[in-house]
Amino acid sequence: MKIKPNLFPYVLWMSFFVIVPLILVIIFAFSTPEGGFTLDNIIYATKYSAVFWRSIVLGAVSTFVCLIIGYPMAYCIAKIKANFQSVFIMLLMIPMWTSFLLRTYAWMTILEYNGLLNKLIAFLGFEKINMINTPGAVVLGMVYNFLPYMILPIYTVLSKIDKKVIEAAQDLGANKITVFKKVVFPLSLAGVVSGITMVFVPSVSTFVVSKMLGGGAILMIGDLIEMQFLGNAYNPYLGSAVSLVLMVIIMICMGITNKLDEDPNEQNMIL
Amino acid sequence: MKKYLIVAVSLAFALMLSGCEFQKNKEKSINVYSWGEFIADGSDGTINVNEKFTEETGIKVNYKTFQNNEELFAKISGGGADYDVIIPSDYMVSRLIEKDMLEKINFDNIPNYKLISDRFKNLGFDPKNEYSVPYVWGMIGIFYNKKEVTAEINWDILWNEKYKNRILMFDNARDAFAISLLRLGYSVNTEDASQLREAADELIKQKPLVQAYVMDQIFDKISNGEAVLAPYYAGDAAVVMKNNPNIGFVIPKYASEKFVDSMCIPKGSENKELAEKYINFMCRTDIALANAKKTGYSTPHEEAYNLLDGDIKNNEIFYPDRETLNNSQTFVNLSEKTNKLIDELWVEVKSGGASQNPWNLVIILLGFAAAYLAVVVLKNSKRKK
Amino acid sequence: MKILNKIYMVLIFIFLYAPIFVLIAFSFNDSKSRVVWSGFTLKWYFKLFENQEILSAFYNTLIIATVSALVATILGTAAAVGISQSKKWQKKLIMNVTNLPMINPEIVTGVSLMLLFVFIYNTFGIFKPGLITLICAHTTFCLPYVILSVMPKLRQMDPHIYEAARDLGCDPLRAFMKVVIPGIMPGIITGMIMSFTMSIDDFVISYFAGGMVQTLPIAVYSMTRKIVSPEINALSSVMFIVVFVLLIVINFRQEKDRLRGAKK
Repeated sequence: MKIKPNLFPYVLWMSFFVIVPLILVIIFAFSTPEGGFTLDNIIYATKYSAVFWRSIVLGAVSTFVCLIIGYPMAYCIAKIKANFQSVFIMLLMIPMWTSFLLRTYAWMTILEYNGLLNKLIAFLGFEKINMINTPGAVVLGMVYNFLPYMILPIYTVLSKIDKKVIEAAQDLGANKITVFKKVVFPLSLAGVVSGITMVFVPSVSTFVVSKMLGGGAILMIGDLIEMQFLGNAYNPYLGSAVSLVLMVIIMICMGITNKLDEDPNEQNMIL
Repeated sequence: MKKYLIVAVSLAFALMLSGCEFQKNKEKSINVYSWGEFIADGSDGTINVNEKFTEETGIKVNYKTFQNNEELFAKISGGGADYDVIIPSDYMVSRLIEKDMLEKINFDNIPNYKLISDRFKNLGFDPKNEYSVPYVWGMIGIFYNKKEVTAEINWDILWNEKYKNRILMFDNARDAFAISLLRLGYSVNTEDASQLREAADELIKQKPLVQAYVMDQIFDKISNGEAVLAPYYAGDAAVVMKNNPNIGFVIPKYASEKFVDSMCIPKGSENKELAEKYINFMCRTDIALANAKKTGYSTPHEEAYNLLDGDIKNNEIFYPDRETLNNSQTFVNLSEKTNKLIDELWVEVKSGGASQNPWNLVIILLGFAAAYLAVVVLKNSKRKK
Repeated sequence: MKILNKIYMVLIFIFLYAPIFVLIAFSFNDSKSRVVWSGFTLKWYFKLFENQEILSAFYNTLIIATVSALVATILGTAAAVGISQSKKWQKKLIMNVTNLPMINPEIVTGVSLMLLFVFIYNTFGIFKPGLITLICAHTTFCLPYVILSVMPKLRQMDPHIYEAARDLGCDPLRAFMKVVIPGIMPGIITGMIMSFTMSIDDFVISYFAGGMVQTLPIAVYSMTRKIVSPEINALSSVMFIVVFVLLIVINFRQEKDRLRGAKK
């Protein structure tokens, strides 16, 4: 096996900082503090099924919400004049480049019991609602943080659709809805699929959003891992086992989306 | 040309980096790891203790804070962190001693140690007084909003339906379990699995009423009326009650938990002598007084205590009467087995005690794998067409 | 229909920007309260710039972002060129590894790097988790972005230009520097800017792999867990404005490039 010389440092770097650490996670997941082999950590991790389940459900719900509100947004942007599109895309990106911690923190201010939204509700004469520290608040936080990841890939695909294809369909007598259903939507599926992964992966594994907007009462996989490494229950072996399970889940998800995305005539890269 | 530019820039940065490292070596500094709101920081006209230390000795203080004892434990047992002074609580001190993670302190370097009241020497967690110098002590009690909470304040009120979603709770296993155990009338140091189970069940019952599990965010949430009930450390009562006179603080008389937080030097500290200098400095009367005044925590320092204002000295919250003290319990370190059990139960509490059927995870994984296979099969059949 | 579209877009932008404007507005609030307005002040900004903790965190963040963006750009560009010249199966394997940090959840990357650094430190006593390890970690997660922005440019390039340069007597290195690098420069710069911003914004990986070094996001995180001070609002306003200006500059540049390209 010969490697190009200018690839060498990169290969070395990636094996040392990507492959070796992942192998360490696997080793830790299967070992005892004394260094022996064990399956206990993995078996122990299954005790937290409820946490895994909650993360997957909340992640799926936020991905779904992102899709529902993100697709029309991408569609709207793709329909405006080409010159202005980049401006809108930039407007979409700006919040993404501001610290997500601070933005999530801002939602705390808005959603609190005595927060701005409840002030408004009380001003309008309604009963205050308990919004913060509910699963709904966590979903909102995730949708807010990851919505651009859904809009951008869909927009990219939509904007590349050849206008002539749509015109052809219209010429053949299709009305607006049929054009969308039969032409635009199927062509945009690739963007939808990559949007779904780009939202689902960070949602499932988040730990800051659930901590800040869930009040520490809505435990997710990320929180569980953090607890094992830096928090309440120090146990890197169990933490590694949980990370490993999370990794497997994500890899399977990626596999599914990649297969869906796959051009039947072309071999795909991952899995 | 650009190549040289890049090389030059990277070189400059390398130099800059090594420069900092070099500077750091030359400039003496210590890393202190402590609780939040735990030191006089110069605000509100107090002395900035760390700056004063630097001024007097030329040693820089890197002051970092943790949220609870367990976080501290995780940080230093994970390795790679080199703190010189840490301030864990009683039970954590004894856990660290047991795990051989503390340096023995050379008390010759800490002449001010004699100013610490004898009541705080040779305590259970460090019986021979080799590893720790008491910094503050206090009790656990309950913050309440006088306007909204009218019922009698005791541990039961944290389970009162009336205050649903307005109750805060400790975000660490040991303190949260202590409250549940005290309420049930058990020892906070119980190793009895069934008692711990019962305590956990009570916490699970309490969970729907709890707005959030937090630590120092309690200050904010209780002062601005977000929450109306919250158990926390007595020392912080001074700060909170000053911000909002509507907030009261009660230490349940029949049973509470007393804590002593002590300064220790973790194993692996590269600046042991400087650390001892810092500890000695913290035991100086003017510094201890400034800290006691600013943070509100009760001081074990004899002279500083005597110099405090009368209304603080006689305040039941900070210096409770004999009865409360006699009824209070102090944490001791638990066996590894019990620690693990508590951690496990705590995750169960926080995840809502939902069905913990271990097969669920397997089913989830199988579901994902099945979905993957389905997609593969679907694709393949399409391709064949 | 058109009107509906516009309303919808405005609503989404309100959703995206409302929290940021709330933060900015309350950074000028005189009292500490996050909900009650009690007068205009700039004092939180002054306090912010006196806050040693934040300033040193900011300094760390800048050093880490600059160094790791530089290292990632150099390594990544070299790698991209190498990958484009490799055999197909090698290419596939290397791209799979390149994609790993991008598809892996951030928290797993962070945890795995933490295990690595602690393991090295505990066994060999070198590489104490800190500035250096953070630079390594950030370089690692920036590398894929550099490669992914350089690769398309390489593909677009006409391989004959390089050959022509060789035929005209350039040695390989010179030909590479004079021909290939200028051709892929836009990709390199995009990759570098992306790495820089990714590194500045990263919280999760630094949180786990950083040891005792505080970067700005970590300082922000610890601020949100203490008694809240409006300094944090001031900080977010400053960061927002900086990013806003930076992005406008970048966009302006790109627009100019595009126009120049159109003229050609």
